[in-house]
Amino acid sequence: MKGSTVSNMTTAEVGSDGGSGPSWNPRDVSRAITSVNYLRWLLIVVVLALVAQFLSLVVSNETFQWDVVLRWLFDPSVISGLYVTLGLTVVAMVLGTAIGLVLAICRLSQSRAASSFAAVYIWFFRGTPMLVQLIFWYNMATIFPQLSISIPFGPTLINWETNAIITPLTAAIVGLALNEAAYMAEVIRGGLLSVDPGQSETAQAFGMTRSRALWRIIIPQAMRSIVPPTGNQLISMIKGTSLVSVIAMNDLLYSVQAVYNRTFEIIPLLMVAVIWYLVITSILNVGQTFIERYYARGERNNQMRGPQEVAMPVEEAR
Amino acid sequence: MNMTAPISQSVRSPVLVRARNVHKSYGQHEVLKGIDLDVRVGETIVILGPSGSGKSTFLRCINHLETMQGGSIVVGDEQVGYQMRGGKLYRASPGVMARQRKDIGMVFQQFNLYPHLTVLQNITEAPIGVHGEKRAEAEAYARALLERVGLSEKESAYPRQLSGGQQQRVAIARALAIKPKLMLFDEPTSALDPELVGEVLATMRDLATQGLTMIVVTHEIGFAKEAADRVIFMDDGKIVEEGSPEQVLVNPTQPRTRAFLNRFI
Ligand SMILES: Nc1ncnc2c1ncn2[C@@H]1O[C@H](COP(=O)(O)OP(=O)(O)OP(=O)(O)O)[C@@H](O)[C@H]1O
Ligand SMILES: [Mg+2]
Repeated sequence: MKGSTVSNMTTAEVGSDGGSGPSWNPRDVSRAITSVNYLRWLLIVVVLALVAQFLSLVVSNETFQWDVVLRWLFDPSVISGLYVTLGLTVVAMVLGTAIGLVLAICRLSQSRAASSFAAVYIWFFRGTPMLVQLIFWYNMATIFPQLSISIPFGPTLINWETNAIITPLTAAIVGLALNEAAYMAEVIRGGLLSVDPGQSETAQAFGMTRSRALWRIIIPQAMRSIVPPTGNQLISMIKGTSLVSVIAMNDLLYSVQAVYNRTFEIIPLLMVAVIWYLVITSILNVGQTFIERYYARGERNNQMRGPQEVAMPVEEAR
Repeated sequence: MNMTAPISQSVRSPVLVRARNVHKSYGQHEVLKGIDLDVRVGETIVILGPSGSGKSTFLRCINHLETMQGGSIVVGDEQVGYQMRGGKLYRASPGVMARQRKDIGMVFQQFNLYPHLTVLQNITEAPIGVHGEKRAEAEAYARALLERVGLSEKESAYPRQLSGGQQQRVAIARALAIKPKLMLFDEPTSALDPELVGEVLATMRDLATQGLTMIVVTHEIGFAKEAADRVIFMDDGKIVEEGSPEQVLVNPTQPRTRAFLNRFI
């Protein structure tokens, strides 16, 4: 063993000294062959077998009643439930992200008041169960019969009946959005912190206002670490909306429940809901991949470009 | 552009930066112990000094990236970071501070280009967003600057696809794009491999001969000799020696300056 290493070294030294190169002929690497990885193929076979087994179990099992599933999959009541779920998700997520952004900025701001307010908000909304929050919003009227805008200990400016404002829909939106805001605040804060402090310093030195620096310089760079956890949040939000069925919002889960309460075809109807949830999350996954690629532009080893394009970025952009 | 000898030109020209008794400390640690300095329009000042002597800190006080604890720095006719109202000095609001910094370009040791923007966008960001220039004009000027720093073919590249020397030249073009009255360089070549230092220094030498007012913190003695109108030697938060490159670099009077320069021979 040892002897062979030594003799190799001597050959190399002789080669470099004499300029004659190694004693064997190097080949062009473009002809290199990838050797077969048997372990990887074995793994593929095992996984495929498991998947086939699982599918055959699901398909052949009578309790799934695939004909019933098919019958209800595109039923108008299910589809309208699907729209409610999607609508709630989008509205709650957009509001939650917007409020979360404000909270994250407050949390990182120099102002003690703003930062403590955000900290307490996040502490409260992350610390209490979503279900309790929803029920609380739904029952606002029993706690505060009147909602009013007033100066503390001073005169009342505007006054509403709580029941007129808090419908199941608004309770659901407010409940989901405020809860989501607490989580998004932390996601966004993490993203903002991940950006090199030199960037905001540079923006400052160039006379950019704080808000412009945030929008143009900091947030676009933070997006790289904000997007993946936000995808997570969005997917849990879609499933989280199923909680609103407790306050009588007819979302996807609520509408299949309404059906199986009549027909007692519980498993197939739950399968209908499962299929739709999976369809939505799959679409979102694809979307997330594209967004991530967009924000990865400018990276040295960007997967979007091939190696040749990295070498000639000018050609690529035109 | 003006090819008259730099020194005779600058002696007559008005003072652009006037620092008086600048004090700065981090907690108990006093970093600047009373700095006085006048920089005239068109001058190139090189600040030398051992590591930790407060060179970067002083440079960053000039555009108020650091808040100083005492003394004053006037750039043009304003104290950056502060505002006179009714004979009293107030701390400036962020908006006012942003406006005061518009005429001061800065080049950082670590380049600090915006990695998510292309080279051209990096250069036009401040002219369009801060100075309100039209996109077409800003881009035309940016292309001219890129040509000046020899990087015309890189305008659509992203910073991370460039070498260190190329990135720093883009950073210089970015700072020039705001048409600054004053340029601050904080060790612009320290993060570069030796063979890339030359291209950046060459760009800076061009700027010096074209009459731009520059304050350069660097360890490049050669650059100080060729391009500086005046060399400042700082040690332990104070200016120890100051004068023409020959005075400070060839015939230093202070033992600390000599000790420092000996390391470069
Ligand atoms: N944010 C900070 N907090 C505490 N101390 C600091 C901070 N920044 C700088 N210092 C200290 O201030 C002193 C001067 O730092 P400065 O960066 O100005 O030195 P310098 O002359 O630029 O050195 P170098 O040539 O290494 O860049 C150093 O002792 C450093 O430790
Ligand atoms: Mg420094």
